[in-house]
Amino acid sequence: MPTLAKTGNEAMAEAMRQINPDVVAAYPITPATEIVMIFASFVADGLVDTEYIPVESEHSAMSACVGASAAGARVMTGTSSQGLALMYEILPIASALRLPIIMSDVNRAISGPINIHCDHSDTMAARDFGWIQIFSENAQEAYDNLIQAVRIAEHPKVKLPTMVTTDGFIISHCMEKIETLEDTEAKKFVGERKPEVSVLDIEHPVTLGALDLQDYYFEHKVQVADAMRNSIQYILEIAREYEKQTGRKYDLFEKYQLDDAEVALVALGSTAGTTKAVVDELRAKGVKAGLLKLRVFRPFPAEEIAKALANVPAVAVLDRSDSYNGQGGPLFTEIRSALYGKAKTPKLINYVYGLGGRDVTLDELRTVFADLKKIDQMPAYNYFGVRE
Amino acid sequence: MSEAKPGWKSLPENDALAPGTADKFHTGGWRSEKPIWNEKTCIQCMICWIACPDVSVTVKDGKMTGFDYDHCKGCGICAFECPTKPKSIVMETEKK
Ligand code: SF4
Ligand code: SF4
Repeated sequence: MPTLAKTGNEAMAEAMRQINPDVVAAYPITPATEIVMIFASFVADGLVDTEYIPVESEHSAMSACVGASAAGARVMTGTSSQGLALMYEILPIASALRLPIIMSDVNRAISGPINIHCDHSDTMAARDFGWIQIFSENAQEAYDNLIQAVRIAEHPKVKLPTMVTTDGFIISHCMEKIETLEDTEAKKFVGERKPEVSVLDIEHPVTLGALDLQDYYFEHKVQVADAMRNSIQYILEIAREYEKQTGRKYDLFEKYQLDDAEVALVALGSTAGTTKAVVDELRAKGVKAGLLKLRVFRPFPAEEIAKALANVPAVAVLDRSDSYNGQGGPLFTEIRSALYGKAKTPKLINYVYGLGGRDVTLDELRTVFADLKKIDQMPAYNYFGVRE
Repeated sequence: MSEAKPGWKSLPENDALAPGTADKFHTGGWRSEKPIWNEKTCIQCMICWIACPDVSVTVKDGKMTGFDYDHCKGCGICAFECPTKPKSIVMETEKK
């Protein structure tokens, strides 16, 4: 298996080269630009057979993706922040038409104030559009998740567009050692897309995306919800197959020292890596610290999370975005809702942190773990790393 | 319209429907004006046929023969484009 030095963006572009999608339509945006820029050079150098559509905006990029995917093509794109926001209008159309478009999103704070650094507000705002959302801790996971995303999205029982995210700059621009599949193995793993309908198949014409009013819209939306719910088993199936080939294990989330933990954090993305360092340090001092690193945010593995956290007395959920709802970030509110009514639940508090790329330090995470020792005196909704 | 509609479990996914055609529907029902053809001044230039956005100028053996009022929406483009003087197509208000 090749071992390479790659940034998160390079790792995702490398995955795209191996996937060799039929169509890529994209518009550059910091910090995701490199993914499609590197891929464009693969196209120019003849390393892939992809039809590359340079569009004039992300709205057009996603619209072109929808058209190409409806024609039966395997379609990929990449974006970030405002770019993703400009796609919002089209994202739920992709899921409603059950088009398995695969996207890399490099998490970046939504403006304003204008900012180009990491937080999760872009993806979180897109969480109710029927897209599968998979978070990555590092460049290796970004590569692995993107390869698996092709199979997940195109699974005949799933057929949902899928986005794989990395943390802007922290993962996208940091060079790490990664292991990739051989080209032939990657091609074999992703296989070919077998679309059930194609708007270009004149032998079997279909109408796709017709007006869907009071009498049918609701049913189509329930189908998306149902496919999303059921996708959990196929995500796990594909992860097991990937593990067989690579030895790298993937699940809906990773439990790091969680089973006997007395204090634990829940985190997404690169912060999970920082947390692991603190968990190791605390464990060496005899503190039973742990981490639940969520990989799959959509579908939300509510039952599985509730089970994994049931025996942990005190848990802090870290949200790298805010909901401005007065009661907590999106990850916190979903986890609290997942725990509701369960016989055994942890005490749960929330921290919103790291907005706009604010650095996340070991010291801050040590403080969060210390707060968990006195969780009864803590308010539910907290911040760290912000000046008062 | 009394047939039972399929529920979400049996409805084809992705809103993919069998190909349809407006041929079977009376789409001209909301027309407020209708085109009237004057065969005597018509020079069979076929400009109305080319210009009609709804394929509602009827033709037989290469000659304009009138209108398909089931589908004509009364936009008046044919009358506007007709080059003869006086016009060989005039728009007339639909009776209520
Ligand atoms: S009125 Fe409009 S729709 Fe009707 S025949 Fe003329 S051009 Fe066609
Ligand atoms: S445009 Fe006028 S003259 Fe020409 S074919 Fe039509 S009705 Fe006749």
